[in-house]
Amino acid sequence: MTADTADTADTADERRERAMSATETDLRACFVDGLHGDAARYRRFLDGLSGHLRAYLRRRLPRAQADVEDILQETLLAVHNARHTYRPEQPLTAWVHAIARYKLMDFFRAHSRREALHEPFEDDGGLFVASDVEPADARRDVGVLLDALPDRHRLPIQLVKLEGLSVAEAALRSGMSESAVKVGVHRGLKALAARIRGRS
Amino acid sequence: MKTDDLVALLATQAPPVDRHAPARRFALAWIAGFGAALLLMVLLLGVRPDIADAVRVPTFWFRLGYAATIAAAALWVTARLARPGVRVGGAWAVLAAPVAVGWLAMGWVLAHAAPEAQLPLILGHTWRVCPVLIATLAMPALIAMLWAVRGMAPVRPRLAGAAVGLLAGATGTVAYCLHCPEMAPPFWSTWYLLGMLIPAAIGAAVGPRALRW
Repeated sequence: MTADTADTADTADERRERAMSATETDLRACFVDGLHGDAARYRRFLDGLSGHLRAYLRRRLPRAQADVEDILQETLLAVHNARHTYRPEQPLTAWVHAIARYKLMDFFRAHSRREALHEPFEDDGGLFVASDVEPADARRDVGVLLDALPDRHRLPIQLVKLEGLSVAEAALRSGMSESAVKVGVHRGLKALAARIRGRS
Repeated sequence: MKTDDLVALLATQAPPVDRHAPARRFALAWIAGFGAALLLMVLLLGVRPDIADAVRVPTFWFRLGYAATIAAAALWVTARLARPGVRVGGAWAVLAAPVAVGWLAMGWVLAHAAPEAQLPLILGHTWRVCPVLIATLAMPALIAMLWAVRGMAPVRPRLAGAAVGLLAGATGTVAYCLHCPEMAPPFWSTWYLLGMLIPAAIGAAVGPRALRW
């Protein structure tokens, strides 16, 4: 009977491990395709990641649930802006967790709180253990911050996103070159991240 | 803006990523920093007049190799600290190796010198200016490499700043080797190292601000 219980416990652990590595494999495949320019797969990665990050942040911030959605959005933007720093041979969990932890520390620093700083650097923090797809309301409106960016940063983002134009069409519409639109989008999202930092 | 909307926005702004862009940025920054260090060295200090003879002395290359291997190891450490979730690990040992070799050479030379010759071997003729001059030559590389790392995503900015500073210091030292007349290992394994540690300290001080993202 005791042996049976131990077996069951093992199996539960194994199931959890398998689920985590399935998440790692799945999200990583989507992310790597995204790095090659596959927007649909990248979207799938971001959706999956949002759920896991939300669950992770809700566990880490038991007394600041109202801030979770803000930090989640900031972390997603950071993940996006740091896409080029990922190496395909690296576990995705370690890379994402390092970014999430960095943004979380930023939050703690801004709020002069030290409690979560003792978590070791190198582990994955159980990031892919659970997922939470029920969003709360963000306190800060990223859309408002986006609207407040200077034209050279805002226009490329809005033309490509909000009007669904391709980079080539956006270039034509705005009179910018294609590479200027691409650079503009990149810089614009960095500027947006900087605005968010400035607010926190 | 809801998180779903942000995700939708980001998904549309995702052109293919150029895997080699970080390496290009690092190379560009380092070459600019090293070029500026050489230029500063030539303009402010001048290449040592006996350089043609100096290059025939093995110690000249030993000393240059000391600075160059520290630069290479510091570059490796910096590149690892610039990416989230990458351990520095064995790169620390590689960085420590040339420093240790320098100290071994110092110990060996001092052990074979007469007691009254030991202090002059360590101080040489230029110990007062050497670290400051190295730190001066390192400044362009410090700025250039901070720029390169800023374009990455360092999650330990103070440590990354220190690594950048050490890399800049070693880069400045390579240039300084073409000027400096001091050849004794006790001299350069002391004062060169100190010269490299000045920009490393500056890097650690400015890292949290300069490398924030």
